[in-house]
Amino acid sequence: MTSKKGRFGIFGGQYVSETLMNALIDLENAYNKCMQDISFQEELRYYLENYAGRQTPLYYAKRLSEYVGGGKIYLKREDLNHTGAHKINNVLGQILLAKKMGKTRIIAETGAGQHGVATATAAAMFGLKCEVYMGAEDVERQALNVFRMKLLGAKVHPVNSGTSTLKDATNEAIRDWTQNVKNTFYVIGSVVGPHPYPTMVRDFQRIIGDETKKQIMAQENRLPDYIIACVGGGSNAIGIFYPFIKDKTVKLIGVEAAGRGVDTAQHAATLTKGTHGVLHGMMSYFLQDEDGQINPPYSISAGLDYPGIGPEHAFLHESGSAQYVAVTDQEALYAFSQLSQLEGIIPALESAHAIAYALKKAKQTREDEIIVVNLSGRGDKDVHTVLREMGDEIDE
Amino acid sequence: MSRIKQTLDALKKERKKALITYLTAGHPDIEATEALVIEMVKKGADIVEIGIPYSDPVADGPVIQKAAQKALDNHIKIKDIMYMVERLRQKTNTPLLYLVYFNCIFQYGMEKFINHCKRVGIDGLIIPDLPYEESQEIRRISAKYDVDIISLVSPTSEERIKRIISDSTGFIYCVSSTGVTGMRKKFEADFETFMQNVNEYGDIPKIIGFGISSPEQVKEIKDYADGVIVGSAIVKMIDEHYLASDRLEKVGAFVTSLKEAVK
Ligand SMILES: Cc1ncc(COP(=O)(O)O)c(C=O)c1O
Repeated sequence: MTSKKGRFGIFGGQYVSETLMNALIDLENAYNKCMQDISFQEELRYYLENYAGRQTPLYYAKRLSEYVGGGKIYLKREDLNHTGAHKINNVLGQILLAKKMGKTRIIAETGAGQHGVATATAAAMFGLKCEVYMGAEDVERQALNVFRMKLLGAKVHPVNSGTSTLKDATNEAIRDWTQNVKNTFYVIGSVVGPHPYPTMVRDFQRIIGDETKKQIMAQENRLPDYIIACVGGGSNAIGIFYPFIKDKTVKLIGVEAAGRGVDTAQHAATLTKGTHGVLHGMMSYFLQDEDGQINPPYSISAGLDYPGIGPEHAFLHESGSAQYVAVTDQEALYAFSQLSQLEGIIPALESAHAIAYALKKAKQTREDEIIVVNLSGRGDKDVHTVLREMGDEIDE
Repeated sequence: MSRIKQTLDALKKERKKALITYLTAGHPDIEATEALVIEMVKKGADIVEIGIPYSDPVADGPVIQKAAQKALDNHIKIKDIMYMVERLRQKTNTPLLYLVYFNCIFQYGMEKFINHCKRVGIDGLIIPDLPYEESQEIRRISAKYDVDIISLVSPTSEERIKRIISDSTGFIYCVSSTGVTGMRKKFEADFETFMQNVNEYGDIPKIIGFGISSPEQVKEIKDYADGVIVGSAIVKMIDEHYLASDRLEKVGAFVTSLKEAVK
């Protein structure tokens, strides 16, 4: 899918300061070497299976499907991974690579704290020093994850610049890396950033789709009709989409956060409402004004609260290989409680966006159609947000 | 011949070093910026670098970040800055540069931006997040308009230095040390080797920036290159005299002391 070096069509590239260029070139070389190296692949597989708990189940959500009354809804249970989300797949890959490269210090950015927790976890397991940048606003909203990271031995730096959220945490992580490039490995949490990150993170996440393909063939003896995933930066979505891109009968649908509505100023629907731009090392779609100033995004879900999207999604969007839709806070909250009550699975608010769209889509499908939803994470981290938003409704 | 080349060639002939000063446009407001540029030129700045404030300045440290944020809070737009430069050009012939993040140019439209720069009298662009590999298109366009794209090299550039320098116009911006803009107490151990390496290539002027904040540091460092760039220290001074009536005077006196130090 990569055309020019590190490009997906016109998207991607390496828009970073000169100081980081050789670091990116070294990273790309080390990464390519490891991908060819069977012992690296075996070591990664070992940790994915014995530490993270892969493979994750592909679960037929019978009650949810019957309740909606359309096609069969399957859930890819990434919520059952260690640390509660798909993020660990990528983190184990990158930290193993950092070790091979002889880096002694790990940094990461985090929004909801899921990627930060996953990074702190893997760094603890490998005995590496870890520092995490997190917007001051998110430090407040996600206090529990901040404490988790500290328990795991990581240092958390609250970031007060800009809008004090994920975008600014990413800026600060880039600044740190520019300063400490010689000994530091920057573990990016999604399919964003300069080449080789979008490709590398996708390759570490594609295990979601590879497993799904085998599992659906075993259970249904055919490929699904729809695959639905939420999109923040886009790593869980590309992870499950990628092995199906060439299967033309499988429709791929990415779900962005519409926040309070795509026609308000408060959303994070980058492909729906954004324009071409350059930020965080990549050319892609961004929410911005005519001067190129980045507009603050909004979503109830901190993991989708990002003004950009990975370059490969921008390409899949323009080439028509995947479709992107948006779901509001309210729709996601409704899906959150539906899945909890019908299946006994409390999803992450991010994943609830994918569930919400799957409920809409399933209604329009025949009973013999198959929908796979990537349940990217579990909702423990979001319970207090949901309590604040809809505690009363749940009581009744 | 470009104003930048003319200015730097003349200094070289007289065996003098160049002083480049930086400020963020619209901090505290556009009229103040205009007056400050004129004051800095009057006190001896050979080239002035005007920062276009950006929401996500990843190459900048806290001082310039804060200045950009304040300017954006004042709703400074690129077109206001272009008008300001147009007015400045009525008053001075000193070379003027923009420090601008690539997304601002990209949104404006690359050719439209360069064309507009040329029209108002901007002589060159420093784009901190556009490395050599990504700069081919803008170099092609700016060559047409005779606007210099200033290349940066850094202590981590190593074998890249030769290729970058061979393709550059105006001057080479030598980043003193890894990291972002901001004041530094001392320079890294590899600074000398880095500058030796840079000075091996081409006779294009080499100018050092990032972290130079006092006349003492200017003295310490100037002989490694053809000039120095002072940014954060000036912006900090502007910030400390944000609404003060003696802002112009204070900044003017500081530039005078820097000018003394480059001599
Ligand atoms: C559970 C979960 N899903 C999805 C996301 C969004 O990231 P991405 O789009 O990279 O999968 C996050 C990010 O924090 C997350 O925690």
